[in-house]
Amino acid sequence: MEITLKIARYLPEEENPRRMDTFKLDVDPSERILDLLELVRGFFDETLGFRRSCAHGVCGSDAMRINGKNALACKLLVKDLGTAEITIEPVLGLRVIKDLIVDMEPFFENYRSVLPYFINDEPLPADGKERLQSPQERERFDDTTKCILCAACTTACPVFWSDGKYVGPAAIVNAHRYIFDSRDQAAAERLKILSGQAGAFRCRTAFNCTEACPRDIKITQAIGEVKRAMLSGKLD
Amino acid sequence: MTQTHQFDIVVVGGGGSGLMAAMNASGHARVAVLSKLYAMRSHTGAAQGGIGAALGNLEEDHAEWHTYDTVKGSDYLGDQDAIEFMCEEAIQAVYDLEHMGLPFSRTPDGRIAQRPFGGHTNKVTGKPIRRSCYAADRTGHMILQTLYAQCVKNKINFFDEFQVLDLLMKNGVAAGVVAVELATGELHVFQSKAVIFATGGHGRIWEITSNAYAYTGDGVAITMRQGIPAEDMEFFQFHPTGIYKLGILITEAVRGEGGILFNNKGERFMERYAPHVKELASRDVISRAILSEIKAGNDINGQRYVYLDARPETINKYAEIDGRTRPDGSPYRVTAEEILSKIPDIADFCRTYLGVDPVKQPMPVQPTAHYAMGGIPTDYFGRVVVDDKNTIVPGLYAVGECACVSVHGANRLGTNSLVDLIVFGKHAGINAAEYVAGADMPALPDDPTAYTRQQVSTLQNGDGKEKGAQIGQDLRRMMFEDVGIFRTEQGLSNAVQQVQQLRERYKHVRVADKGKTFNMDLLYNWELGNMLDLALVTAVSAEARTESRGAHAREDYPQRDDVNWLKHTLACFKDGQVNLSYKPVKITKYLPKERVY
Repeated sequence: MEITLKIARYLPEEENPRRMDTFKLDVDPSERILDLLELVRGFFDETLGFRRSCAHGVCGSDAMRINGKNALACKLLVKDLGTAEITIEPVLGLRVIKDLIVDMEPFFENYRSVLPYFINDEPLPADGKERLQSPQERERFDDTTKCILCAACTTACPVFWSDGKYVGPAAIVNAHRYIFDSRDQAAAERLKILSGQAGAFRCRTAFNCTEACPRDIKITQAIGEVKRAMLSGKLD
Repeated sequence: MTQTHQFDIVVVGGGGSGLMAAMNASGHARVAVLSKLYAMRSHTGAAQGGIGAALGNLEEDHAEWHTYDTVKGSDYLGDQDAIEFMCEEAIQAVYDLEHMGLPFSRTPDGRIAQRPFGGHTNKVTGKPIRRSCYAADRTGHMILQTLYAQCVKNKINFFDEFQVLDLLMKNGVAAGVVAVELATGELHVFQSKAVIFATGGHGRIWEITSNAYAYTGDGVAITMRQGIPAEDMEFFQFHPTGIYKLGILITEAVRGEGGILFNNKGERFMERYAPHVKELASRDVISRAILSEIKAGNDINGQRYVYLDARPETINKYAEIDGRTRPDGSPYRVTAEEILSKIPDIADFCRTYLGVDPVKQPMPVQPTAHYAMGGIPTDYFGRVVVDDKNTIVPGLYAVGECACVSVHGANRLGTNSLVDLIVFGKHAGINAAEYVAGADMPALPDDPTAYTRQQVSTLQNGDGKEKGAQIGQDLRRMMFEDVGIFRTEQGLSNAVQQVQQLRERYKHVRVADKGKTFNMDLLYNWELGNMLDLALVTAVSAEARTESRGAHAREDYPQRDDVNWLKHTLACFKDGQVNLSYKPVKITKYLPKERVY
């Protein structure tokens, strides 16, 4: 099918760095948006900048705004859009460095601020084997283990756009993953961090994050569970 | 302005093996991890089905059985001392990961869950064994996230989006690397006592592949330019079940959970190729079976694919026929919900890319280029060894898929890639930390960035008559056709000629992007050069090996030839020419015998 692909360009070293480029392409409806970008970069304009690696939605490199909504370019097919007019822009809320490439550092800084790693200083089991965890305990935090840190959620969040001080949904998702892990011991510390000014109570339950998540994580629900844990002091 | 940094150890690549090496070396040495991506974007995250270790959580198992299966799976080309080491260490490595918080799926009594996987068997009964430790169908993702998180905790120095372009050597000793910072286009010199390459594989030289775009063989190409040989490059694994056309991996765990392969006649064709374990034969065997079915006209709709059927009614029907039982002895039966809970990501891929619900419809699959058994030759501490006497290059290490220990020999068993990453990443990290404690900082070569600047300048000043993207496409098609699952003298000699022509065309490429900020055009054209080097070495190594062994299947030499070919290939690449030599396989306990599944 014939499509019109518009790409928001930003080439910082050019005199007029911002422009919108338009490409008319003949493509298969089952192609990924990433395939279109690869086609453009390979054969029409080699200067086009975007990140990508795995090309099937597990590495988290290629979050971008496609027809106004955040998605991974490798997990969205042309036919999913239901239109032959496709516009691609960088995600919002992070500084654009070149074309579709944004500065991820503030995003990762927020991630690092919530102790997003396993903490348990107790002695290991005497037999040296695994710590035990029931399938039910394991299931409790399964959903938030799926996060690939693509930033699609955080950069879809109106609170994150507005003041830049909110840690954002991705950081809370990663805190949730450890807070509700029965083997971890630092839930209280994380909850304390997230009860601060930049924390979970900034969330206004706009649900943009949940809609944007390419891994179908129930993010708003996870944030709600973190808020409840802060209020009740209980993990259930 | 070129900046110079000093570290004890520089790790090139931020996937499972690189992070494992970095973690085990940090605390004892100053370590930097350089990645051309962000470390947590590495391809380890795409691994699905599990990591093999004889924990015996669900049934009797022993490291010795794992060792035997790996030796047999390697078609006796794996070095048995290294395999034994890996399979014994695998058990502790899996516990290490659990202690770092890895969220493994669990058995009812709270232990790490294990599932069957291709080629893993009970040595007494010969039946498939539950050895693969898993976290749903995203085990690699969990390993990568767990290790990355621990690196954040331990404040490892990450240089994200730094592409390493050259290895620095001084007087035969590793002295550091040259890298370009993608955000600025500036070159950086990293001076170090040890360099650990953990750059992953090179499946992107084939058209249909499960591999990430980043898998362009950079580490092997860079070390070859420094005179280090590449070992066993003719052995590249084609995974039997890639999503039709896209090549995206559908884990072997689907078959481990009971999925069945069918041709266009509705026939379970694996009964003919591997009567004992059928769909759980090793990958080379199944990929060849699928291709044979396609060649015989038994593909679905004549479209070069077969069906992988994981509908509960199919799984249950064949589980009954096979007499499959659960650990408690009850008959193995599943529901759609159970299947979906075991393979949620696969279900998602099928829905997203094929519009197929795997518990309601069969999945169209075809073999996909998946894993490099060959690579930079090392011993089992990750130390690079350059010849048949296993001479060590001081300070130089390689781990993970870019390395060839060799534990996978001619064919890797499923789950053993993750075992390899964790075990050898760990031991390379420990060994490198010990090495740097007793080593002085080597001097840098004069003008350390000279070679890199010249390489970049050549790419910027070509006449522009050729496009890199086109050369890449032509390369991938040709490699899939001529250096694929089945090979012949004619195809391979054609491939050698074709790659040489592509290398000539490559000289006419010019980087169109004149900017410094994220000049991906420069990076991708540079990667193309690596892929052309690796393709040539692969084709030449494959043409020379006149036997069939593991993943290297010669139609004109269909038998394994232990008299002449029970040996590793060492390919040296200099001035556009490949020179081959060989080194013996280490055999300790298991004498080669016919390999039947």
